[in-house]
Formats: sequence, structure tokens, C-alpha cells
Amino acid sequence: MIPVEFEFLLRHYNYWTSVILVMIGLYTMIVKKNLIKKFMGLNIVETATFLFYISMGDVEGGVAPVIVHGEHAAEHVVYVNPLPSVLILTAIVVALSTTALALTLAIKIYEKYGTLNSERILELM
Amino acid sequence: MNVLFHLPIIVILIPLTAAYLMPLVGHKWKKWCNSLAVVALALSFVASLVLARLVLVNGPMHYYMAGFMPPWGIELVVDYLGAYMCVVISFITLLVALYSKEYITKELSEQRRPQYYTLLLLLTGSMMGASITGDLFNLFVCFEILSISSYALVSISGEGKALLAGYKYLLIGAIASSFLLLGIGHLYISTGTLNMADMFVRLPPLYSSWTVLAALALLIVGLSIKTALFPLHVWLPDAYTNAPCSVPVLSTLVIKVGAVAIIRLLFNIFQPSFVINTIPMTAALSYIAAIAIIVASLFAISQTDIKRMLAYSSVCHVAYVILGIGVGTELGLTGGMLHIINHAVTKGCLFFCAGAIIYKTGTRNIREFGGLGRKMPVTMGAFTLAALSMVGIPPTNGFMSKFYIALAAMTAGRPECAIVILLSSLLNAIYFIRVINITYFGIPEEEIEIDEAPPTMLYPIVMLAACCLILGFGVELPLTILRPAAQVLLGV
Repeated sequence: MIPVEFEFLLRHYNYWTSVILVMIGLYTMIVKKNLIKKFMGLNIVETATFLFYISMGDVEGGVAPVIVHGEHAAEHVVYVNPLPSVLILTAIVVALSTTALALTLAIKIYEKYGTLNSERILELM
Repeated sequence: MNVLFHLPIIVILIPLTAAYLMPLVGHKWKKWCNSLAVVALALSFVASLVLARLVLVNGPMHYYMAGFMPPWGIELVVDYLGAYMCVVISFITLLVALYSKEYITKELSEQRRPQYYTLLLLLTGSMMGASITGDLFNLFVCFEILSISSYALVSISGEGKALLAGYKYLLIGAIASSFLLLGIGHLYISTGTLNMADMFVRLPPLYSSWTVLAALALLIVGLSIKTALFPLHVWLPDAYTNAPCSVPVLSTLVIKVGAVAIIRLLFNIFQPSFVINTIPMTAALSYIAAIAIIVASLFAISQTDIKRMLAYSSVCHVAYVILGIGVGTELGLTGGMLHIINHAVTKGCLFFCAGAIIYKTGTRNIREFGGLGRKMPVTMGAFTLAALSMVGIPPTNGFMSKFYIALAAMTAGRPECAIVILLSSLLNAIYFIRVINITYFGIPEEEIEIDEAPPTMLYPIVMLAACCLILGFGVELPLTILRPAAQVLLGV
């Protein structure tokens, strides 16, 4: 017999995972001194958001939302909600362009200062 | 009639199309880059004016992208606020493009100029898109385009400090974007729709749900970072100080678009009665804004770098807009939205003047401005006029919006907000009159021969300075569209 509170945690484990990942990402961004590592923290936050969206669109036992004609067409098919996945495709493109820009800036900063440690850069400025 | 029907999408598409053409033009015919940007933005300004006229005559316009009906398709809703923002954004960006012709030659190398204009046009298109979209996810996408182009614009000069400022802005801005995305996800989970009008109808039964409240909190925090509301403003001073002077003018528009998104969230997605009475979100925002106004003014007084001083002044003035919204009455909302155009015009003029001074003298330190009043009479005259408008001296536009917000605070029974506005006007006076004093009465340390900035830089300056007076005397002009805007938003 599983306690009620524990069951609550278990049933929404996908949301808890994304919450924990967001926290890990934010922690990384605050604590790490290296500019690239800070950005990796941000990528974790973004990925956690993507997981949140994709898991909320999922239906247990659902199939891809493609209408099948002919003899294989079942009558009561449960479809997965396709919209969150489509939204996340857009969000991935956005995250990708942010990452590309951040890495470009990081390369330029390294060329200028010779280091990516944020504290060292502050000393050099 | 057919063209007018498609006008909402045309207004956005003109700058975006020009942005795609720009790298090609920059590759082949470098000197036509500026002309292309100016022509595109002038077209977009004319289209915005026609759009505003249409909205004033016929009421809000709805445009369904690719003909899909909402809530399935993406909807553009040009209401009074959206049309007003389109006019403001295209007008200011047009002047920025004019001003950039000469100014940018000193700041950026020839290879970077096409990139600069590409980003400028992308930013314009996405800002207008964010102002008139009726779809929550589309709002997020527009916000991302405008954020990424402003990160790149901040660090476009390629100097070390500018790169770091851009990186800092990017890290903070990307957290805001993730929060926005999470908030939108929460709202989608609860309502099953992304269309704002549809959400407005479906949300009221769910107001007690924690998911919806979490969504409101995430979206407000995310948008506050984009708007640079006081405790979350840390990216702004560095970004403004290290970017070329035309970028902060654009960035004042960026933070205004954040404020417009807050208006949309509070009044178009949630219901006014919920955010004003049930959860006193507007009251909380107005108190945060009041603290922001005082603290940012104090920070501005202690600056010696003119761009940094103007940056803190921007933090202060965007808080006025939020304060106006936070009062939560029709008058307060009108005053807050009126301050959007007034601050864009005045701060644009001030940054253009600062750019002209830096272009001619190469110094940003206020203490070295001695004697500039005689050498650059037109620039410093415009600077003085705009500074008086920032302080809120009566015939200028700054007075009008401050007066409206203060009046709204008084009638809403919040005299403390009116006191904050009065106090901040005094603090504004301290730091602006210091600059005016040095430029007119200060003695230069060494005599340097300088004259006025080139005409393509002077025209935008004079035009914006004239706007400070025109919008002061003719305050009815923006109010004809803002009064119905406030009534529609509050559902009166």
C-alpha cells in the first residue's frame, strides 16, 4: 500500500522531473563561474521546459495522430496531442539560435580576454 | 479594400522581408543598405498610420493567418493599443535608421553595417508582431526574435565590454524566455487553447487553480525581466552603456513592448476584475514600480557616464508605465500608455544627442562636457528641451503623462503613488540640470574645435525635440486612440 502523498509524487513524476531539472539548471547558472557552463545550465532549463511540454501532450496508450484509412482503421483510437510537440519544435529552433549566438559571443570574449572565467574577466576589465 | 484587409500582416512583413533582403544587398551594393532600411521603415510607418486610421474608424481588426479560424489558426488582433504601438515603433525606428547613416560609420566597420540594418529590421518587425498578435505562443516567438536581435545589437561593436554586456543580457533574457514558455505551458494545460480571446473566456472557472496562478506568476516574472522592472533590471545599464547610441533608442521600445505584453496578460488574458480585486496583482506591480522609480533615480544621480545615467533614467521611466497600469483605473491605464510614446520620443532624443556628442568629441564623461552648449547649439538645445520633458516641466509631453498618472493615483485613492512621482521629478531634475549646467556654464579644460553633427544626425534630433513640444500641446492626438484603448482593455 503506497501512502497518498507518495502516490501524488509518483503520478506526476514527469512534472516533478522537469521542476527538478529547472532547479538544477538555475543553480548551475548561479554557481558556475565559467561562461560556457553558465550557458549549459540555461540549456538544462530549456530542455526541462521541452520535457514538460512533451509529457503534458502525451496520452497513455495514445498513437501518433495520423488518420489511417482502409481495413486497419480502428474505430476508437486514442491520439497523442500533437500541438505541444509542434510548439516545442519552434521552441527548439529558438533555443538553438540563442545557443548559437551565445557560443559566438563566448568565442569572441575568449579571443579578447583569453579566459572564460567570469571573475577573471572582471579583474581584467 | 482587399489590400487594406491584409494590412495587419503587411505592416509586419515589410520590415521582415527587408531584413531578409539586407544581407544580399549588403553583399552586392554596400551603400544602399541604409536606403533600403529607410525605405522599408518609411513604408511600414505609412502602413501603420493607415492601420491606425482604419482601427479608429472601424474598430479593432482581426486577421486570420492563412485563413484558419481561431482557436486553431494564429490570429492577429489590431486593437487600439496594437495600432498605437505600431505607429510608435515604426516612427522611432524610421528615425533610428535615418540617424544611423552617418553615426554608424564611426562606430562600426563596413562589414558589420549590413548586419546592423538586418538586426534593426528584424527587431522592428518582431516588436510590431508582439504588439498585435492575438496568440499567446506567437507572442513568445515574437519576443524571442526581438530578444535575440537585441542581444546581437548590444554586442555588435565587437568590443570586449559590449560582448560581455550582450552575454549578460542573453543569459538573463533567456531565463525570462524559459519562464514565459513554462507559463504559457501552464495556461495551455489548464485551458487547452493558445488564443488570447479564447483563453479570456475559458479561464474564469479555473481562477482558483494553482496551475493558473503559477502561470500568472511565471509570466509576470518573465515579462518583468524583459521590461527591466527594478529588481530585475540588472542587464539594462551595461547593455545601454556599451552599445552604439542608436541601440538604446531601440531598446527603449523593446522594454515598452514588454510593458504592452504585461497589459495584454493582465487585461486581455486574465480579467481586469481578477487581477485588480481577487489577486491584487496590479497593486503589487504599482508598489514595485514606485520603489523602482525612486531607486533608479538615485542610481542615475551618481553616474558620470552620460549613457549610464540615461540607462538608469530608462529604468525609472518604464516603471512609470507600470505604475500607470498598476493603478488599475481607466485614467491610470491611459496615462501609462501615453507615457510609452512620450518616453520613447524624449529618451530617443536624449540618446541621439548623446550619440552626436560622442560622435564629435569622443567623450562620454559628463564632467568633460564644458562649453558644448555654444559649440553644438542645436544638439544641446534639443537635449535641454528633452531633459525638461523628462523632468516634467509643463508645456512638454513628459508633464502630460506624469500628470495623468499622478491624477489617476489621486482619484484611485493612492496619494503615495502621486508623491513618488513628484519626488522622482525632483530627482530627475537634479541629474538632468547638472548636465545642462555643465554644458552651458562649464568651462572646457582644453579648447577643441568642434561643430554641429552632420545633418542626417541633426534632423532626427530636431524632429524628436519638436515632437516633445507637439505631443505636449497636442496631447489630444495620442489620447484619441488611447481613450478607447483603455476602455476596451478594462471592458468598460
